Amino acid sequence: MKALNRPLLYGGLAVALVVLSILSLSIGRVWVPFEAWFDPGSDPRWPILLELRAPRTMLALLIGGALGLSGAALQGYTRNPLADPGVLGVSAMAALGAVLTLYYGVAALAPWTLPVAAVAGALLGVVALMLLSGSASSMVSFLLAGAILSVVASAGVSLALSLAPNPWAVAEIVDWLMGSIEDRGWPEVRMAAPLIVLGCGLLLTTGRALDALTLGETGARSLGVSLKRTRWVLAAGVALAAGACVAVTGVIGFVGLVTPHLLRPLVGARPGALLGPSILGGAVIVLAADILVRLAPSAAEVKLGVAMAAFGAPFFLMLLLRLRKGTA
Amino acid sequence: MTRPVSLLTCVALGMSLGGRPVLRDVHLSFESGTVTAVLGPNGAGKSTLLNCLAGLIRPSSGAVRLDDSPLPDMPARARARRIAVLPQTPEIAWPVEARALVGLGRTPFIGARGLTTEDEAAVDRALAAAGATDLAHRSVDILSGGERARVLIARALAGEPDWLLADEPMTGLDPAHQLDAVSLFRAMAEGGVGVILTLHDLSLALRVADRIVVLADGGVIGDGPAATALTPDLIATAYGIRAEVKAGLHGPVIEVLARL
Repeated sequence: MKALNRPLLYGGLAVALVVLSILSLSIGRVWVPFEAWFDPGSDPRWPILLELRAPRTMLALLIGGALGLSGAALQGYTRNPLADPGVLGVSAMAALGAVLTLYYGVAALAPWTLPVAAVAGALLGVVALMLLSGSASSMVSFLLAGAILSVVASAGVSLALSLAPNPWAVAEIVDWLMGSIEDRGWPEVRMAAPLIVLGCGLLLTTGRALDALTLGETGARSLGVSLKRTRWVLAAGVALAAGACVAVTGVIGFVGLVTPHLLRPLVGARPGALLGPSILGGAVIVLAADILVRLAPSAAEVKLGVAMAAFGAPFFLMLLLRLRKGTA
Repeated sequence: MTRPVSLLTCVALGMSLGGRPVLRDVHLSFESGTVTAVLGPNGAGKSTLLNCLAGLIRPSSGAVRLDDSPLPDMPARARARRIAVLPQTPEIAWPVEARALVGLGRTPFIGARGLTTEDEAAVDRALAAAGATDLAHRSVDILSGGERARVLIARALAGEPDWLLADEPMTGLDPAHQLDAVSLFRAMAEGGVGVILTLHDLSLALRVADRIVVLADGGVIGDGPAATALTPDLIATAYGIRAEVKAGLHGPVIEVLARL
């Protein structure tokens, strides 16, 4: 595949991000035009901008980037274009971790326990994935392992729901599970950002190893790549990045699936070259989706996680059909 | 280009896979600057021997050494700079450009900044040596089997290694490209590279190799200069076939007569 000029690709994605960020700050129930931005204090719309729209936009950028990169790294590692933290059950495991803290009420007493539990759940998920799929990491064994994890995690969540002490706990869990960045503020940004930045930093170091894995595990080892190190860095990176996303937004699937797939032809299919653009691309997709969700003419806002699933599931199906024909 | 002479040695090498002995008590020493063909029937342990010599798997018993360094404990990057491996059925997971695939051969050399101009020059030389220059900008998923084989050979050359360990590199090549590969391996050996190939085509082995090692049931049953190593008796023991060694225009050729 012929690769697009990299500065052009980065430039295009960056321009899209800037335009979308401006839109995201302006659009909502209340239109906040550009001139109101530079009038802190006197304009009544200023708090909307600063306390609602700005953290929301920031979160969309952070989780979009984290999910896009996690998907790209997982696809590179598994040599499987269907890999994604959501599809492989990693997000579901993170959600289980987070739900447990909600269920036991620990999250209310000590808010930091929720992201920690989410990251721990995600880490457990990635490690279990690698163990379940074994060394003969075929596409099928990875997807099966992911399916098993998803089932286990959703069973755990259902159990927590059915045993919930009171209807408020149920409502809290359900609302959180649906995946949204509505009504999130700076505390959530402060909670997620360090974890996401650290996770993304780890994942970005795996580029050369992922490139070498194009030649399979034996090929990569013959090129001097340490698979053990790659595996741990990848597990920690995905757990931090995807776990932190789940902690603040609930499960938002398919970003990690769609983003690398759309960008792959533009970078010449090299998995290492896909990592950087997937951060920007994921951010573009989530930000765009979040703006669309706000524009939807319904009484209550459509949850972002629901919207992504509605868009992502048919995409996944299409990818599967194309893979069967061997053209993806 | 001349290189210092390098030695790749295995002593009392034994390997079991899933409880089944695949190699037993193999003592071999290879010197760089020569082409060695490893022959033997299917399941004789040729690929396992190659993987042990490449330091990719840890033998069950015995030792492998590259000059003074024990394999597979040598640091992976240092090892990968010296030994290039061409596996029998190479996986190519993504439809990358052929040139990018060949560039992967530079992996043990590149730092955080990616391929340097020096790396790019090595990639160009490797593409030219493998006769794959005109394939450089094609996507690997649309290459024919033979074209892909040439690109993969270029990938192995790109690291400009001291050793090339290739498992069935001639499979999938048409006769013309087989001859090209023969000249390529000969030229590498003359440049000081140690080339170890596993092959099934006996006449091709005679043509390319300085030395022939014959494996059967995990043990060495024949080892010697290519001109004299293959005798009808040895071929009969190894493969269970009756064959004659005849004088051909370019040295001996093997005529396979019948199954024993």
